[in-house]
Order: sequence, then structure tokens, then C-alpha cells
Amino acid sequence: MDFQVIVDNFGFLFVQGFLGFGEFAGGTLRLAIPAIVLGFALGIVIGLGRLATNRFIRFLATIYVEFFRGVPLVMVIFWFWFIIPNLLKISLPEYGVALTAFVIFEAAYLGEIIRAGIQSVPQGQLEAAAATGLSRGRTMRHIVLPQALRNMIPALVTQFIVLLKDTSLASIIGYIDLTKAAQIVNNREIRPFELYLFIAVVYWCFSYAMSRYARRLERRLSLA
Amino acid sequence: MNYQFNWGILWTGQSGAWLLQGVITTLQLTLLAWCLAVILGIVAGAFRTLPFAPLRWLSSSYVEFFRNVPLLVWMFFWYFGVPPLLPQAVQDWLFDHGAEFWAGMFALGVYHGARFSEVIRAGIQSIPRNQYESAVSTGLTIPQTYRLIIVPIALRLIIPPATNESLNLLKNSSVALTIGVAELTFQTRQIETYTAKALEALTAGTVIYLILCLGLAVLASRLERRFAIPGMIVQVKAD
Repeated sequence: MDFQVIVDNFGFLFVQGFLGFGEFAGGTLRLAIPAIVLGFALGIVIGLGRLATNRFIRFLATIYVEFFRGVPLVMVIFWFWFIIPNLLKISLPEYGVALTAFVIFEAAYLGEIIRAGIQSVPQGQLEAAAATGLSRGRTMRHIVLPQALRNMIPALVTQFIVLLKDTSLASIIGYIDLTKAAQIVNNREIRPFELYLFIAVVYWCFSYAMSRYARRLERRLSLA
Repeated sequence: MNYQFNWGILWTGQSGAWLLQGVITTLQLTLLAWCLAVILGIVAGAFRTLPFAPLRWLSSSYVEFFRNVPLLVWMFFWYFGVPPLLPQAVQDWLFDHGAEFWAGMFALGVYHGARFSEVIRAGIQSIPRNQYESAVSTGLTIPQTYRLIIVPIALRLIIPPATNESLNLLKNSSVALTIGVAELTFQTRQIETYTAKALEALTAGTVIYLILCLGLAVLASRLERRFAIPGMIVQVKAD
């Protein structure tokens, strides 16, 4: 065992692979952070769709959620990898493909979190808002969503941990994230044990720290 | 859009046999890993609720260590990282006997064991405390209490979240294609490589996954109707 390989390639592994700064369009965080933000925006649409009074919209949103939750993420990534050049006749770089796949896939899971958050707001709040004469849209925007968002913060942090770990799958289509960076270094140095152990530790530190944070948030919110 | 669909590629040539082989490998991988995960999950989940700190500490470090690292990294670690450290004879034997399948199975089982243990822990903690107390006061030892009272009740309570976890395991078995296990996603890619018909191949793979997931969910809801204890439901957070 020789951990010198980690020291020698630290810049490529961590700065390029994990953070995403460097000569390649890569990076675990550079994929995970936009994916959670955009996925959340789409997730609000899906979550509201699941609660819509219109039966057709509710049906569409349910199909969306059930479909993406029944298919492996690897499959979804391959779909976008092939479908975008084939059908749209444009070629996206790996970053665009991976980001699209993650946003659309995560929106199904985030939509369920958002739906649960909205349903956690007591019915009395809705009735009180209606009694003061707020329209349905305004009730949603000013009364329900602010409270719902607060309730769903711990679940969102947890989902971000899941997403952070899932971004390692983007390496399958050649996106240079932390996992791919380790593979690249390993092809040259043949030090699989040290390299894969190192990236396991990096992933571990970030997701463990965030899971502690989620637990603390939850405790604080449950007291309030 | 002027893509020429040709669904015939799915049943001409070797495609059909490949898909079937892929489904069989996926099911074998899932089933073996599921057994490993359930055993590890029950042991680690029960340990976490024991009134004995070293065992609690041991199982919580297992859980926190394995579930906070991506499954893909574990696959690479078990398949590429660990074998070079083993004696040459063991390495040769492993690579003659489908090392990628066993590494994939092990990675899946150990990773999902950590996640199952959280489900089982939640199940055990949702059992009213007096069950434990009355079992101990009738003279059962703690291992007997767990074996005869606590774990059997917990297993009946956790069917819905455990179903969810089992479906995750089935879907995650697709990650094993990265280390060369010829499961369903791998075969789908192979058909695409041979026929250059990506959409048909991916559609076939996707539909098969949906059918497998749906089938398992139906099976699990039957089990639930048969074994659930009315009025007791366990909520487990997804993470």
C-alpha cells in the first residue's frame, strides 16, 4: 500500500474531480448543486400536479413519479445519452446529458417530498386563508408553501445526500466527476485499493457531515 | 425527428436470448444480495437497539460507514481494490469463478444491509416498550426476547418500507454493469452496440424493469395483507 499516489494526484482528484475546477467540464459538486436546484423547481411542479384538483393533471404527475421511481437511474442516464442526439439532432456534452437526466430523475423523488410537505400543513390554515378571501393560487404562495418548505428541509437535505452519491453514476457516460477522476488516475498508476478507498473517504465525509446536519435541523424544527 | 424504428431487432438474432439472460442474472444478483442484506440488516438493526454499548457502536459504525459512500464506489472497491491484496491463488480462483458477479453481489448486499438495518431498527423501535419488558420479566434472556418476540413482530411491521428498500436493491443491481456483470442493463447496452438501435433496446430494458418492480410490489402488498398487524405502521425516512 502506497498512499503517495493520493498526494501526487490530489489536485486532479479533489479540485477537478470533486469540486469541478480545472481544464475539464467535470466535478461532483458542479453537477450535484445545479441538479438539486433545478430538480427542486421541477419537483414543485410535479408535487403540485399530484395534488391538483384536475384529474388529468393528477394522472400525468402520478405517471411521471411512478415511472421514474420504477426505473434504475443508470437506465435513465443511458436514455438521455442516446435520445438527445437521436431525436433532437443536437449533441450535448456529458455535462448537459448528466444534468438533464439527474434533474428529471430527481424531480420524481423531490416531487413526493414536496407533496408530503404540502400535505403536512394543517387543513385549518387553508380554511382560514379561504375565509380571509385569498384565492387558491395566493393561498398556495403565501400560506401553504412557506410552511411546507420549512417542514421539508430535513428531507431535502437527505435527498441531496442521495443525489451527491448518485452523481457517481455520471462517470458511466464519461463525465469527469470524483469517481471518473479516480478511474483515470488508476489507469495510469494501477493503485486501485488506495484510490477507491480515498474517494470513498471523500464521499463519506461530505455525506456524513450533511446527514448530521439534517438530523440537527430536524431536532430543531421539531422543537419549534 | 426521422428515426427509423425497427422493433424486430428485439426478437431476431441473439437479442431475445441476451435479454432473457440479463433478466436471469439480474434476478440472481438481486436475490442473493437481498438475502445477504436482510441477514446483515436484521443483525445490525437489532444490535442498534440493545442495551449494550459496544454492539450498538459496532453496528452503527457499519451502517454509517457503508451507506454514506456511493454504491458504484463500493463496486469498484470490492472488484478492483480488494483482490490485488489477496494471495495469488485466491485471486486466480476468484477470477476463474465469475469474480465480477460475486464482487457485485457482495457490494450490493453489504450496502443495502446497512440501509435495511435502518428499516429494521425503526421497526423494533416502534414496538411498544412493554413487549420487551414483559418478555424479559417472564424470564426470557435478551437474545431469546429478540429472537422470539421482538424481531418477529418487527418483521411484520416493516413490510412497506422493506418493500421499498427491496425495489431499490433491484434497481441498484444495474450499477453492477460497471464492473462487467452481464445483467439486464448490460445486455440492453449490448443489443444497442450490435444493432445500433438504441431506443428499441432501451425501451425493452425499461419495460422489463417496470414489470419486475410492479410484480414485486404486487407480491409485497399480498404479503402485507397477510402478515401486517392492523393499526401498527412504521414510518422510515428515505436516505
